[in-house]
This record gives sequence, C-alpha cells and structure tokens, in this order.
Amino acid sequence: MAGTARKRIGRSTLSFANRPVIVATASVAGPDEGRGPLGAEFDEVKKDRLLGLGSWEKAESQFLTEAITMAMGKAKVDQSQVDVLAAGDLLNQIISADYSARGLSIPFLGLYGACSTMAEALIVAAMAVDGGYADYALAATSSHFDTAERQFRYPVEHGTQRPPTTQWTATGAGAALVGSSGNGPVITAATIGMVIDYNQKNINDMGGAMAPAAADTIARHLEGTGRRPEDYDLIVTGDLAAVGRPLAADLLREKGYELGDRFDDCGLILYDRRKQDVHAGGSGCACSALVYTGYIHKLLQRGQYRRVLLVGTGALFSPTSSQQGESIPGIAHAVEIEAAGSATRDEDAAPRDTGGDER
Amino acid sequence: MTQASKSEQQKYERLLKKHRPSPPVLRNAVAAFVTGGAIAAVGQLVMNFFRARGLVPTEAVHLTSAVMIFLGSALTAIGVYDLVGRWGGMGAALPITGFANAVVSPAMEFKREGFVLGLGAKMFAVAGPVIVFGVVTSFVASLLRLLLWGVR
Repeated sequence: MAGTARKRIGRSTLSFANRPVIVATASVAGPDEGRGPLGAEFDEVKKDRLLGLGSWEKAESQFLTEAITMAMGKAKVDQSQVDVLAAGDLLNQIISADYSARGLSIPFLGLYGACSTMAEALIVAAMAVDGGYADYALAATSSHFDTAERQFRYPVEHGTQRPPTTQWTATGAGAALVGSSGNGPVITAATIGMVIDYNQKNINDMGGAMAPAAADTIARHLEGTGRRPEDYDLIVTGDLAAVGRPLAADLLREKGYELGDRFDDCGLILYDRRKQDVHAGGSGCACSALVYTGYIHKLLQRGQYRRVLLVGTGALFSPTSSQQGESIPGIAHAVEIEAAGSATRDEDAAPRDTGGDER
Repeated sequence: MTQASKSEQQKYERLLKKHRPSPPVLRNAVAAFVTGGAIAAVGQLVMNFFRARGLVPTEAVHLTSAVMIFLGSALTAIGVYDLVGRWGGMGAALPITGFANAVVSPAMEFKREGFVLGLGAKMFAVAGPVIVFGVVTSFVASLLRLLLWGVR
C-alpha cells in the first residue's frame, strides 16, 4: 500500500491498534420507538415528542443533550474530561447538535452524514482516541420525526398518502463515550464511505438510493480487514429498511459476499412493521443510534455477540437538490466493534502504537 | 463522487424493480372513491340545506363552499384530517376540504417561526401552486374565449 499511513489497511479502512473502548452509551427514545420491539431496552422513553418545549427543534436538541449527559454520567466522567464531541443531525446547519453543544463545555466537531451520522461520529471519536488526540471522545446524534417532516416533506397535519417504500424518521438520540482505556466493547476497525450515486431520484425510496453505498463500503471493509462475513455475528446497516436491505444483499452477492442471516438493518429492528405504520421501516440518525446504543451494544457487553459491523447509511441530498432534478447520492460508514475481552486482533496486530510521537 | 455508469444504473434499476413493493392501487382507488364520495355527499347535504332555506343556487354554492372549507380547516386543526388523508389519499386531497387542509396545515406547522415570516409566509407553501396556476389558467381560458367568440 502506497503512503506512510500505517493504520490504514485498505483504501479507507482504518485499524485501531490502540483499541479505543466504548465505555458507556445512552439512548433516549420517543414514544413510537418506545412502543417498538426495543422499548424496554432504551435508557429512557419519552411520552411525547415535544417534551413541553416551544418547538420540535428545541425538543430534538433536548433529546440529544440528555443522551450525551446520560452517557457521561454512566461512565462517571465529567464534561471537562471529554476532549471532543462529534455530533450531528438531519436539520439545516445541524442546529440540534449545535444547540446541544452550546449547553456543554466540550470542544465540538459538527458532522453531517445524514442517517449515517452515528457511524461517522463513532469513526471520528475512534480516530481521536486511537491517534492519541483524546482520552475521551463522545459520538452522538439525534433525529426527530416532526423536524424531519417539516424540513424534508410536508407539514405534519397535511393529509398525504405515503407510498409503501417510504420510511419513518425515528425520534430520539444516542450517545457513545469512547475512551483510551476502560471496560467495554472495543472499536477495532472502520471504513470511511465514498459517495455512491446510481441515479436514483425517488425521494420516497431512500433504501434504494443508499443500498449501493452500503454494498460498496461493506465489500471494501471486508477486503481491507481480510475478513469474511462469517467472522461477524452481525452485520447491520443503519436504515436500508425493507427495500434497501435485500438490494444490498443482492449487490454484495454479486461481489462474492454471501451475508446470510447475519445481515440485518436497524430500520427493520427498531419498529414492529406489522403493528406500527412505518411502511418500509425506520430511518433518521436516531435509527442506528438508538438500535446500537440501546441494544446491540448491550449484546456486545454481555458477550452474546463477539464481533459486529455497524454500517450507518445516509442519503446525501436536500429538498433543493431534489427539486432541481438531481439524483440522491448515498454513503455508508462501517464501524467494527468487538466484545471486551475478545481475542486480540490476529491478522493485523501491531504493538501499542503512539503513531511515533509522545502521547 | 463515484457515479455508476449507464449500464450499471440500468442493471440496478432492474434489481430495484424486483424488490420495490408497488402501491396497492386497487385498495387506494377504492379508498379514494369512498372518501371523496363521502365528502361530496356531505357537501350535497349542506347544499340541500341551504336550498331548502330558499337560497338561490349561486348563493347556496358559495355558502356550501364556505362550510366545507370550515369543516376541512377544523378537522385539520384537531389533527383528524391527516388521518383521513392517509387512508383516503386523493379522495381527501382533491375536494375543497383538501385545499383547506393544505393551507391550514402549514399555517399550524410554521406558527412556531412567528406569525409574519412563519405562519403568514409559509401558509401557501403547499397550496400556492394551485392558486397561481388556477388563476393563470382562468385568465388564459377567458382570453381565448374573448378572442374566439368576442365580448358577449
């Protein structure tokens, strides 16, 4: 591999030899998410989406602040000890994250990855900790049904009928505190996604727009790490949902990877599609954030899962680009997380690495 | 940005068609028929009521429209009309009650941004095109009539 970046093991696959630990997570969910299959797993389920505040946007920011504060609380870490907060959301200028950060005294890196923001934030946090730039880094994101609807689609009281391919934006927030030491699942590798566009223009079918990006990132991650699908207990995408997931499975099959039953999607896990009117499934930054922080993380903590690949998926468009006739490009970021106490990474084990400089 | 080639796009489209569920057209058509019909029936009842009170047709039509607009707005305000629309589709969107819903729902939604720049400005975000092109088409139609058949 050309270049001197020793921790890069693929085109954009990174190996975190210093094993950054996810020391704590927190999930704060909305009422619909609370009524879903994971309702009992979330740290908190709110009774409504407004939280008694003056706007949906303020409520979303509140969800995010509470998740962040709860994660720090669980780890007994004060915000003065957290070196960076990597967070984002779906709104213009990522105001939910901005105003959450305003209430905290943590250096802030605002991110936009659409619905892949949780994975993107985890990668930024892992890079900061593994590279010796942070002892503690927070990865967090939120989304909110009402703020998303009023920005991307129609006013909530408008009587439109949604096609079966549409998805339901999750309301809630998830936060993960990543540290240089401690007990917990470890982020061992990640692959940064490339923007992939297959000329999909149907704004009612996000899964179809994002599936190629998911397939591209998963394939490149497997190539870079030298792993096979069987090496993972679960490969889970963010929100490809009912249309995108089988599409991505087909695309990966064409590339020579049979994922089988270990391939799932947070948009399909978060809601009970038979009882909840979410059409193709869940979406939004909170979809993968809630499912990971509230559920998958616990499976790793308990050792029920040994190794998981979380693949956040995002559709990088806006109402403007769509109205101008542009297609919807997709992106997917992969984060490989192993249970605490799993065998050390065999293929690319490196001695504890400071990157050549003093920590 | 990695853009797929034309042949890759076409191949993907075929794959997509395999997995994309089609909307339940028959069910939607029936639901729209029932919903639209029910709303029209209510309108007829209202019209009959006014006619029975001795109003001439033109007056009755105007008052009926006003009542139907009121009903659409009220049902939107209490959060019921969107449920009707979700079930009935075009049957709820097409009648004048749907137009009322299209104006009231953004007014409600954007009140949080203030009465002037929020409610006032965004009120016609959904219904605006209907008004604009309705007026333009009327003008063009009248102009054509004038040119073809002269002043009556």
